[in-house]
Amino acid sequence: MDFFKVFVEVFPSLLKGLGVTVQVTVISLTIACLLGMTACLMGMSKSWVLSGISKIYVWIIRGTPFIVQLFIVYFGIPQFIQQLGINFRLTSFQASAITLSLNAGAYLSEIFRGGIQAVPVGQMEAARSLGLSHGRAMIKVILPQALRICIPSLGNQFIITLKDSSLAATIALTEIVYMGKLYVGRTMQSFATYMIIGLMYLVIITILTKILNVIERRFAHGTEG
Amino acid sequence: MEPKVKISNLHKYFRKNEVLRGIDLEVYEGEVVCIIGPSGSGKSTLLRCINLLEKPTDGEIVVDGFTITDPKADVNKIRRNIGMVFQQFNLFPHLTIEENITMAPVDNKMQDKKTAKENAAKLIERVGLSDKLSAYPSTLSGGQQQRVAIARALAMMPDVMLFDEPTSALDPEMVGEVLAVMKELANDGMTMIVVTHEMGFAREVADRVIFIDDGVIMEQGTPEEIFANPKNPRTIDFLNKVL
Repeated sequence: MDFFKVFVEVFPSLLKGLGVTVQVTVISLTIACLLGMTACLMGMSKSWVLSGISKIYVWIIRGTPFIVQLFIVYFGIPQFIQQLGINFRLTSFQASAITLSLNAGAYLSEIFRGGIQAVPVGQMEAARSLGLSHGRAMIKVILPQALRICIPSLGNQFIITLKDSSLAATIALTEIVYMGKLYVGRTMQSFATYMIIGLMYLVIITILTKILNVIERRFAHGTEG
Repeated sequence: MEPKVKISNLHKYFRKNEVLRGIDLEVYEGEVVCIIGPSGSGKSTLLRCINLLEKPTDGEIVVDGFTITDPKADVNKIRRNIGMVFQQFNLFPHLTIEENITMAPVDNKMQDKKTAKENAAKLIERVGLSDKLSAYPSTLSGGQQQRVAIARALAMMPDVMLFDEPTSALDPEMVGEVLAVMKELANDGMTMIVVTHEMGFAREVADRVIFIDDGVIMEQGTPEEIFANPKNPRTIDFLNKVL
């Protein structure tokens, strides 16, 4: 087996797959951040309807495996809608992005909640005593501090979502693992191919970690004192 | 003359625990009132009711002619008129000293950015920290942080200033610098309500000293009356312990 030969052969298509991986991850995480923040603020609201919706959402996502969620979104829901007589289909990219967003959103909402609760009560009191409304105090005082507290866990979730996107290979999303599987199916070169894929993930995640470290330091000024 | 702050029959429960049991208090413009009493007596709760950080269970509070206990009252607007200084300073750690001072007046659209910055420079000079404008709070000592907190409250140009044990979290050598700023503020005619354990400050600066125990005003009077000639046995007992 010639590792180098396999590398030269498979790398271009893996690189294409990596493009899809990165694309679906970035789109999903962007939506997930908005979704997570919304769910977090809803969960902390005084309205039991809003907080109930948020709690049920988090409960369902945390209580079921990602791959089941993926299959429900890709196979289950379209079938259900088609049975109602409506022509409805999702591409594997759409289904992957929706599931990854919903999944990461639930975990992010818990991370945001933890961050907000870690900001001392006195910060809210000081902002309110200066005449800021609850909402303005959240935006100007609480969230900037909460987000800084969240950054390490946020990075963790970004990495998990990036890796989870590989499960979309099961619904034929042409991301990196799927591209690898295609090549292995043709050539039987599983060792070399999956080693290369593993290394590519390592490189990407190392870069991502470095970027997150820079962001963490950028936001570090002043806090903890 | 109308009092600046008028509290009538104020009651506050925390669940079933009655912390304030009918407080009546009037504070007039330019007056410095010090509230003393044992811990758990309700003195901080009383102070926090005046800007509605605690919601009174019953009774009425009128500040500057506005009945702030009215459910229809605009709490945010009322609070802009009442400065508050906390025991733990509560500076915003993610903002510079200048931003700490300018944030609220700008966000509340009371001052534009330029005016707010000029104001901040004046206020920070007043508390003696002109070289710290671009520093972050964590680089300041406790005493310096509390002086910034006073400047931050003053930036809203309040009519009344509330101080909730402003020196209790400070190392002893830093108490003096904070009290000096407060004394200057009193001399400038600011209406101040100060919950404090600093009997020396109360004796020297207060126009009136209020002794609270068990959620009731037990005794009040001029510093001489309270410190030299207390009448209520509880006051005598408390002063014996702290002096």
